[in-house]
Formats: sequence, C-alpha cells, structure tokens
Amino acid sequence: MGTSAIDLHGHPEQDPHGHPPGHAHGDDPHHQHHFATMEQQFDTSKIGMWLFLATEVLLFGGLFVGFGLMQNRYPQEFLEAHEHLQRPLGALNTVVLLISSFTMVMGVLSAQRSDKKKLVMYLILTIICACIFLTVKYFEYSHKFEEHLLPPRWYHAQPTDTVRDATGKVSPGYGTFFAFYFMMTGLHGFHILIGIILLAWIAVRANRGEFSKNYYTPVDLIGLYWHLVDLIWIYLFPLYYLIK
Amino acid sequence: MSTQAHTHDDSHGGAGVYVKTLIALLILTVITVGASYIDFGSGNIVIALFIATIKASLVALFFMHLRSEKPVNGVIACAGFLFLGIFLMFCFIDQDSRKDPHPTNLPPLITTPPPPGMPAPMPLAPGEGR
Repeated sequence: MGTSAIDLHGHPEQDPHGHPPGHAHGDDPHHQHHFATMEQQFDTSKIGMWLFLATEVLLFGGLFVGFGLMQNRYPQEFLEAHEHLQRPLGALNTVVLLISSFTMVMGVLSAQRSDKKKLVMYLILTIICACIFLTVKYFEYSHKFEEHLLPPRWYHAQPTDTVRDATGKVSPGYGTFFAFYFMMTGLHGFHILIGIILLAWIAVRANRGEFSKNYYTPVDLIGLYWHLVDLIWIYLFPLYYLIK
Repeated sequence: MSTQAHTHDDSHGGAGVYVKTLIALLILTVITVGASYIDFGSGNIVIALFIATIKASLVALFFMHLRSEKPVNGVIACAGFLFLGIFLMFCFIDQDSRKDPHPTNLPPLITTPPPPGMPAPMPLAPGEGR
C-alpha cells in the first residue's frame, strides 16, 4: 500500500504479478506496507520461522550431546535405568504425535483451500492429540515419582541396580539418566503446552474466518513449529525408550 | 489474482501425499520398536538412529514442505543440523581422548551381581560401566 511508481526499494513499476503500482495485491488488510508483495511478506515470515526452528534444534541439540556423553560414561547404568521406562507408552505417544502432525498439515492444506470448517476441525483434532500426549506423559511421570526414579539427589536405589561403589552406594549414573530424561522430555512437554496455546489461538482466529488462501501465514508457521516438536520426539523416543 | 495459494497449494501434492507420509511414518515406528527387541549388539543404536533420521527427513520434506520450499529455508534447516554435528563431534573427540572420565574424588564403582530372582546384568567390556 502506498507504493509510488519508483519506490525507495527499487521495486519495478509493475510487480511480477501484473498489479499496477500503488495497488500491490489489492487491498488485502493483512498486507503490511513495508513489503512489496504479499508473497514477499509470506516468504519473509517463513525465513524468520526457519531461523527460530534452527535455534530450537540447537537448544535441544545441546541436551542431546550431554545425554550422549553421559551415556558414554555410564553405559551399564543407562541400560538398566531405561528398563524402568514404559516402552508401550512411549510408542503410543510417538503414534499420537505423528497423527497430530498429519492433522496439522491437513489443517494447513484446508487453510490453503479456504476451507474454514475443515481448518477448525483439524486444528481441534491436533489439540486433542496434544492433550492425549500430555496425559500419557503425566502417567509416566507419576510412575517415576512413586518409584523415586529421579535425578541423583533424590534417586532411590532400585534392587536391580548393579553398579555401586564398595559401600553399596549406587552409581550416580542412574540418577543422571533420569535427570536427562526429565530435562529433555520436560522441555519437550513444555513445547507441546506452548503448542496447544498457539493452536487454540489459531483455531479461534480461524473460526472468526480470518484465514483464507490469501492469508494463512500464522497457520503455516505454527504448523512448522508443531512439526519440529514432533521431529524432536522422533529422536527422543529411540534414545530413551529403545537404547540397548 | 496472486495469492499464497498458487505457489504453495497443489505444488505439495495435496492430501494423498500426506496420507502416504503418515503411513510410512507409522510403519517405520513399528519397525523401530520391533528392532529394539532384537539384540544387534551395538548395532541397535545405529539402526534406531538411522530409522529416526529417515522419519525426521519425511517430516521435514513432506509435512514441513522443504521438498518444494524456497532453497534458503532448507539451507537454514541444514545449517542448524550441521552446527549440531560439529558440536557433537568435538565433544566426543574430547571424551574419547580421556582415559577415565570417572571423577577422582568419588570412590571407584564396581558392578555387583543382582540379588537372586533379578535378571542377570549384561557382561561388561573392560573399562565399561564406570
């Protein structure tokens, strides 16, 4: 809006889509004046989101590296500790998250097709999957609290723990496993929680009819975030539940 | 009419591609859980991470649209993993160059047999389990 024929950014008089200058993409209320076109605005948002996702990879990456180093230091303890995790629940949560990624991407597709009803439906399905995930996580956590499978300071020795010092005190490796377990799944669960809030916000806006094929950037970006949360779980699951 | 749609909608292949991706992801999940019950020795972790990487690639390429995305976004995504790889590599080089990482102010650890009725632990290689 308000672009003159020869503007300061050196945009051509006619944009690539053949709109006359000053009417770049009509009167779309979502079009911010500092972008030449809606497409440029969309691509800029996307690059910003991908940069954020790269920092997320590095945030979790640091924890993955720490986990790998400690696993290397205490292989026997980590092996015995991981037997306390409930593999079927981990697998269930993996399936739930994969399905939620699918419903999310179907939501984005519905937005691209201006199908408001389906968009809201898919967003709600995604939120339901996220809630199932957190519920399963709650049962897993309460099981560990009951058995005192906790970080070293609060860890209670289990009869199956074989690595001890001469006085019978268990190795710090067992608690270390659970310290990483709670830190990483906790941070991941926090991301799920944030995701639920964002999805609910998007669902309310979608219900108001704010999104269409002309403008669905928030749906797309929150979709990207949601897939990254799924992607992190894809690595968390085998490393915690399936290590040998 | 220029919209986001004409560059981003059906270039992704639509719902059919997403259904196939989901089915592939679920099958890979079954495979990785199944493989974890078979003992491949140190191969288990390699298999698990290999399958996880295939799954992550499927999510990135199809659900996150990297396949048809502008290349700059793919470059950013790869850069994240590249720097993670560098971080990981140097940390492990450091760890492997140390003889015994066990803190010297703690008593040495020994592996005791479990009490009767408990499953026997896996035998340890020399230098392991401390």
